[in-house]
Amino acid sequence: MSVGKKAVGSVANYMDERVGAAKWMKKTLNKVFPDHWSFMLGEIVMYSFVILLLTGTFLTFWYDPSMRIVEYEGSYEPLKGIEMSAAYASSLEISFDVRGGLLMRQIHHWAALLFLAAMVAHLLRVFFTGAFRKPRELNWIIGVGLLTLGIVEGFLGYSLPDDLLSGTGVRIAEAIMQAIPVVGSYISYFVFGGAFPGYIFIPRIYIVHVLLIPGIFLALITAHVMLVWYQKHTQYPGPGRTEKNVVGYPMLPVYAAKAGGFFFIVFGFTAFLGAVAQINPIWVYGPYTPAQIGAGSQPDWYMGWLDGLVRMAPPLETYIFGVTISWNILIPGLIIPGILFTLMALYPFIESWITGDKREHHLLDRPRNNPNRTAIGAMSLTFVLVTLINGGNDLLATNFDLSINQIMWFTRIGVFVLPPIAFVVTKRICLALQRHDREMLLHGRETGRLVMLPHGEFIEVHEPLSPEKAFLLSSHEQLPALTAPEEDSRGVALPRGLRNKLRARWSSANAEQIDKPTADELKEIEHH
Amino acid sequence: MSQLSRYRNHRFARPVLLAFGLLLAGGLFSAANAAAESLRAEPIAISADKSTLIKEGKEIFNRGCSSCHGLNAEGAGAAPSLIGVGSASVDFQVATGRMPMADMSQQAARKAPLYDEYETAALAAYVASLAPGPASVTNEELAWERDGNAASGGTLFRNNCAMCHNLAGQGGALTKGKYAPTVMGVEARHIYEAMITGPQAMPVFGDKIISPEEKLDIIKWIKAMESEPSLGGASLGRVGPVTEGLLAWTLGLGLLIGIAVWLTAKAK
Ligand code: HEC
Ligand code: HEC
Ligand code: HEM
Repeated sequence: MSVGKKAVGSVANYMDERVGAAKWMKKTLNKVFPDHWSFMLGEIVMYSFVILLLTGTFLTFWYDPSMRIVEYEGSYEPLKGIEMSAAYASSLEISFDVRGGLLMRQIHHWAALLFLAAMVAHLLRVFFTGAFRKPRELNWIIGVGLLTLGIVEGFLGYSLPDDLLSGTGVRIAEAIMQAIPVVGSYISYFVFGGAFPGYIFIPRIYIVHVLLIPGIFLALITAHVMLVWYQKHTQYPGPGRTEKNVVGYPMLPVYAAKAGGFFFIVFGFTAFLGAVAQINPIWVYGPYTPAQIGAGSQPDWYMGWLDGLVRMAPPLETYIFGVTISWNILIPGLIIPGILFTLMALYPFIESWITGDKREHHLLDRPRNNPNRTAIGAMSLTFVLVTLINGGNDLLATNFDLSINQIMWFTRIGVFVLPPIAFVVTKRICLALQRHDREMLLHGRETGRLVMLPHGEFIEVHEPLSPEKAFLLSSHEQLPALTAPEEDSRGVALPRGLRNKLRARWSSANAEQIDKPTADELKEIEHH
Repeated sequence: MSQLSRYRNHRFARPVLLAFGLLLAGGLFSAANAAAESLRAEPIAISADKSTLIKEGKEIFNRGCSSCHGLNAEGAGAAPSLIGVGSASVDFQVATGRMPMADMSQQAARKAPLYDEYETAALAAYVASLAPGPASVTNEELAWERDGNAASGGTLFRNNCAMCHNLAGQGGALTKGKYAPTVMGVEARHIYEAMITGPQAMPVFGDKIISPEEKLDIIKWIKAMESEPSLGGASLGRVGPVTEGLLAWTLGLGLLIGIAVWLTAKAK
């Protein structure tokens, strides 16, 4: 044994004798990770979070969270001598007078956009494959919490430079706060420490942005990842993969090498974006003053759908008991997002209530094998997309020669009509794919090769499926629909309440499937 | 050269070369851009005397404009009377190609001008002879480079213009298919004339609201924005977060997912 190895060995021994880590390490290092690209989405989220922490820390060295009015004396000519908040001035300083500052600002912002985009993609993966089912409901809820926090964190970060564009966003946030009946104006006064914009808002959101939310993030991400660790990964179905095992690579060396490499790729790529693509050029927008506003003001994309909802609301207000309730802000700004996020958080429980399936699941669903869930996902995506389109309505109008009013009406109607259409179409597509799977199992793969039989007939050669493929297409289970129970376990007749009826309706919709070939049918083909 | 080739196999050689190549490509691109930008017609000196100019203007008007604006510019149907709009309005409308209007759409769009500088001046002189109105200006008369102040121009722009033309002057949508166009790449005199005549949905900014000196400030700011190199990388149209979000989702996440697929692909 070389001297080096000996040294390492004795250090390891020393540590093991004090902390007894060897057993834990061995278990950990042998932990198996499934190998599928969609499992890396969560990693992209985690890595961009690390990038955000690093670049954000850099920015705090120069950023001055203060709304004190200063006269700009920096090196950006078109703003020289203009009065602005110290927050804006210091953001300009970072951009123009701090070495590498602009690069860091841009990496930070690109990482934030990627962070949220990857989080949504990760959520979609978890949703469409049914990875949220028992025992992972809790982790799903943590995930919804992370997404909500991510949106808030992004919005606050976007507001910190105190430029005219982000200030416009804060103004809208204030309008939403004020729209809350009765307490709205108090909340707004409390948040802004007086009348908007006041002098305290930036220092407050600064602490929330750099300390409070990142702290909660760290705690939640740790809990989230520990749960994945402890519960093990889900995996896609396939031969040799069961509800009781995980097939994949061990932590060391394959997985660690891949994951480590991937971190550097994500970091490198984000840095590349920060170096070549301008993002949020705050100097162009000017300092925030409540009197000014710009055409085409938009929030970052993760708030864009909310902005689109607010924009499409018709002017609705009621006046009762001396207070005005602005439904046009309250409904799109608070009520609809509130309902959506609550439904999203509760979805695992809603689904298991409908299916009556309370078992643990470690094998993922192929999206087509759960047409209802897939259709619900497509429906929700369509909803968000339509609202997102309206969020950019002014840009679409000018760039594609459309009228803003046309887009407004298209989305106002579309937001009600298109999601249900997406539901129906997606469900049909899933069922068609199931039918295709069934055909494949029964008749094999069409090769496109024509053969002439001795008596002159042409037939297309069908190749039998490989056993792996056949397994993949047929291993899923098809749950029967629940029927509303007529009587309880002791034979007492149950009132057939609305709840039970609803559940039976949904359950039978959920159970709509193309039957897999039965064992008999499959056997019959083998005799062909 | 041998000095250089010594470093050929240095481990930083490739990244440095790559960076150099990117820089070169970027430099060439912006040079080409700048060259394209500078291809703008310079005004020619107009030497004809006033009365011939007016007479010629009347002839051009009869041929090209009277079908809509009436034989005596008194207006007809959708086309307004031009009596009293002044030479500024004509110079703005004709030299930016808006008039003659191509089709009766929501808004006369900017296009390549149909008339040259001389004909435009003749038209302007004719319309100005009908009744007094705001007078056109030449680029040379506007000493914005000397007298303007970009910083206060920026503030004025944000106060008076940004609600229609966007904070970065990139233009924005108005209701019913109308729009405020970008103010980038517009000649100084047309910026000035737009302010004093208020074309279509744009309000008139008389000298009481924005003084002539302040107008020069605004022009200076617009020109500063126009010539500002895109700091911090390729500008994504300066239209704000929409293009940024699009890029994050497509190129950004798309590429990372591509790499994830590649990393997890089974070695065959
Ligand atoms: C196809 C019809 C049409 C033709 C041809 C046409 N115009 Fe116009 N013009 C209009 C309309 C409609 C408006 C008002 C709305 C607008 O500005 O888009 C207008 C507006 C104008 C204005 C702005 C008036 C104001 O209030 O400031 C000027 C100046 C003008 N035209 C000049 C001309 C000149 C000069 C010509 C010929 C070279 C011409 N137009 C040819 C239809 C026309
Ligand atoms: C109410 C909205 C509105 C405001 C405010 C406004 N504009 Fe405009 N502006 C327009 C519209 C609409 C047009 C297009 C007119 C046309 O096509 O004839 C326009 C056209 C212009 C043009 C001509 C652009 C071109 O393509 O030739 C310039 C320059 C301009 N505006 C500058 C300004 C300046 C400078 C201010 C502030 C002092 C300002 N505008 C304020 C709506 C506005
Ligand atoms: C800060 C944001 C987040 C981070 C850093 C993060 C990170 C991760 C990581 C690294 C994994 C394991 C690898 C993977 O399956 O991709 C994971 C799994 C999981 N995440 Fe997230 N995630 C975040 C947000 C979310 C969101 C928004 C949701 C859903 C609402 C969610 C739900 C889940 C679930 C249910 C699992 C377990 C999936 C499985 O084992 O197959 N997470 N997360």
